[in-house]
Amino acid sequence: MEETGAGKSRAPLGRRVLLWAPLGLAAGAGVGFWAMLRGMRDGSYDPRGVPSALLGKPAPGFALPAVQGLSTPGFGPEALAAGGPVLLNFWASWCVPCVVEHPQLMALQRRGVKLFGVNYKDKPADAARFLAQHGNPFGALVADAEGRAGIDYGLYGVPETYLLDGRGIVRWRWAGPMMPDTVSAELEPLLRRYA
Amino acid sequence: MIPELGHFALALALALSLAQAVLPLIGAQRGDARLMTAGPGLAAGVLLAVGSAFAALLWSFAENDTTVSVVVQNSHSAKPMLYKLAGAWGNHEGSMVLWVLILALCGAAVSGFGRGLPGALRARVLAVLGMIGTGFLTFILATSNPFSRVWPPPMDGQGLNPVLQDPGLAFHPPLLYLGYVGTAVTFAFAIAALIEGRVDAAWGRWVRPWALASWSFLTLGIALGSWWAYYELGWGGYWFWDPVENASLLPWLAGCALLHSAIVVEKREALKTWSVLLAILAFSMSLLGTFLVRSGVLNSVHAFANDPERGVFILGLLLLTIGGAFALFAWRAPSLSPTGLFAPISREGALVLNNLLLCTIAAVVLAGTLYPMFADLMLKAKISVGPPFYQATVFPLALPLILAMAAGPLMAWKRARPWPVLQRLWWAGLIALGAIVTVWLVQRRPILPALGFGAAAWLILGALADVAERIALFSRPRAAFARARGLPRSAWGGAVAHAGFGVTLLGMAGMGLATERLAAVRPGESISLGGYEWKLEGVRDVVGPNWAGRQATVTVTRDGAPVTVLLPEKRNFPLARQSTTEAAIHTTMASDLYAVMGEEENGTATLRLHYNPLAPWIWLGGAIMALGGGLSLSDRRARVGAPARRAAAGAAKA
Repeated sequence: MEETGAGKSRAPLGRRVLLWAPLGLAAGAGVGFWAMLRGMRDGSYDPRGVPSALLGKPAPGFALPAVQGLSTPGFGPEALAAGGPVLLNFWASWCVPCVVEHPQLMALQRRGVKLFGVNYKDKPADAARFLAQHGNPFGALVADAEGRAGIDYGLYGVPETYLLDGRGIVRWRWAGPMMPDTVSAELEPLLRRYA
Repeated sequence: MIPELGHFALALALALSLAQAVLPLIGAQRGDARLMTAGPGLAAGVLLAVGSAFAALLWSFAENDTTVSVVVQNSHSAKPMLYKLAGAWGNHEGSMVLWVLILALCGAAVSGFGRGLPGALRARVLAVLGMIGTGFLTFILATSNPFSRVWPPPMDGQGLNPVLQDPGLAFHPPLLYLGYVGTAVTFAFAIAALIEGRVDAAWGRWVRPWALASWSFLTLGIALGSWWAYYELGWGGYWFWDPVENASLLPWLAGCALLHSAIVVEKREALKTWSVLLAILAFSMSLLGTFLVRSGVLNSVHAFANDPERGVFILGLLLLTIGGAFALFAWRAPSLSPTGLFAPISREGALVLNNLLLCTIAAVVLAGTLYPMFADLMLKAKISVGPPFYQATVFPLALPLILAMAAGPLMAWKRARPWPVLQRLWWAGLIALGAIVTVWLVQRRPILPALGFGAAAWLILGALADVAERIALFSRPRAAFARARGLPRSAWGGAVAHAGFGVTLLGMAGMGLATERLAAVRPGESISLGGYEWKLEGVRDVVGPNWAGRQATVTVTRDGAPVTVLLPEKRNFPLARQSTTEAAIHTTMASDLYAVMGEEENGTATLRLHYNPLAPWIWLGGAIMALGGGLSLSDRRARVGAPARRAAAGAAKA
């Protein structure tokens, strides 16, 4: 037990470096947090991630395959600018809020809104099961297995929805599930404007 | 008048905390007994002052005093009394007062229960708690005064976020804070040990009850929060890997590791540096959670009002506390040399494995939580880290942890042989394997739920095997009952907690087999799901004290026999301009029937129905785990404490 002072003399260098590591890591994280807080004040850092930097700009194109095992066709970038507003919905079968959002998508599809889906980081079989169970609202659907399109769009999470006008320009973005009041208060006026 | 008294009490508490931070520490450094004994008195004073401030805040909410701005922002006269009171801590300012109140309670408890502690150690622990209290009271008074007034007063308050008006949520924060703040006590012990340059068996024995208590409260708090999310958010899930959920999981993981490593310190005088580091880490994770939730740097349903100013202040507090602690650690830890040696395969070895795995899981969760924020900051990329990431990383790490959890308690200290352990566990392993194969064959599902059932069986049976072994149930069954009564409560506690985790896993595995359906139906139509027929009878208007809504009547039958009537609701809170879904849940212990009502459109109503097998066991398992913690805490040795350092050290050698 009488160890006071004895061990302090010469601990091996590696061990001493190791003992300083927590302080170094904490300091690094601290600098990062400080930069975030400063960014929040001058507007360069926004944790909510909305509005998207894409608003008013052409939607990024992508070449993604259709979801295997589904009869729903895929689509390419040209389909996004073929006239008339398009809703581009990022979703996944593993995403719980997507289930919450699904009835709204089904309702939009029944009303004839053009709805394109991007199945994000999902397995084709899971996606097919999800759509078989809950209904398929998508006129066309592609699989973004690697999340490439998600990165190009600056996806905050799933579900996330973009409204493109007839020329493929992003007009609106909704991060998180669209609830009935989102559709009626936010989306419908825009759909009418770009129709 | 009362709010001013509350404000004054907070200022008084700050002054007393400052004295508590300084005087006992000087006393301990100089060996001045008079200054050291000032600690307990000051801690009692702080408790009295913060208690008065909290009472004043409760009074303001109960009376619906609309001259107090937090009351205006968070309360309303039409709210039931429970939610008026719960509203006191359902907001940033009030929850900080609750936080400090619990810290003051802990300080008073250290002085009350800590009579057996050496004077210098107790003085240093109280001083560190005083420093933390000083920091947070300064924060409250400088940036988040709960008693600031508005004039002229508005007619009535703006109401509490309706999602938060729920009995589960009324008790979720206090329990969670008891856990968070409990880590402050183990932190204070770690800092005191670093200042003294001494960690021994007695230290392990004194720290363990606090680690246990804080872990048990965190377990309860997390379980309650998860249960609340399950029935209130109406999404049918129980854990979303939301950053704020992760923030509560991190101190739990670190505390869980500390709990186990403190055993090694107590029994074997090894893992000293490591245990001190864990104690610091656990509290750092608690503070990190506080920072993430209150500074607005992340986006979550849980986040309080965003205020970068507050964020900067908390970051400063974090810098002082965590930075100071790690610097002290780097400087002083080399003097904590290990004395107890052990072979890799031994009880100690199993506990080291447990620690490594728990800490790796914590590191993974921490990385997943912080990575999107740092990617946003440095790479300007918006990335979300979702459940697939955690499933891919946490599950593979949890698997060896679960395997070791059942085997560890059966191993001998110092050096164990694997064969006798296998001998006692082979039947548990066999049943677990059987469960995996059966579920997998029957369900034809992904392997995870099947593995979950196997893991649950392994843990529950492993805990049984542990107890059977200790009371010699099979070798000398006659004496087993007497031995069971004589078995230390800490041994019972450990077995119960491990079995509780198994029960939670059972629930999670059941949820892995959950099925759901979404359908628009007309009254009179029915849907079949999970072997039940769910028939929509009709939809009607309902009115509550501060809301109006629509309620669906769904009768559930199985093979024609009535099972239950579910009444899911959609509520609209006009004051908050917000609507909530009230899921209707019927639980038989074997499954939950869960119905949520959605939109209505030309005579049809959208229903979302879930069939969740074994769901209640997730939270019951949490309660069992906390019960295990409580049992262990009630152990005679923990209650009596170590009367003196020498005696405890002697016991550790025995």
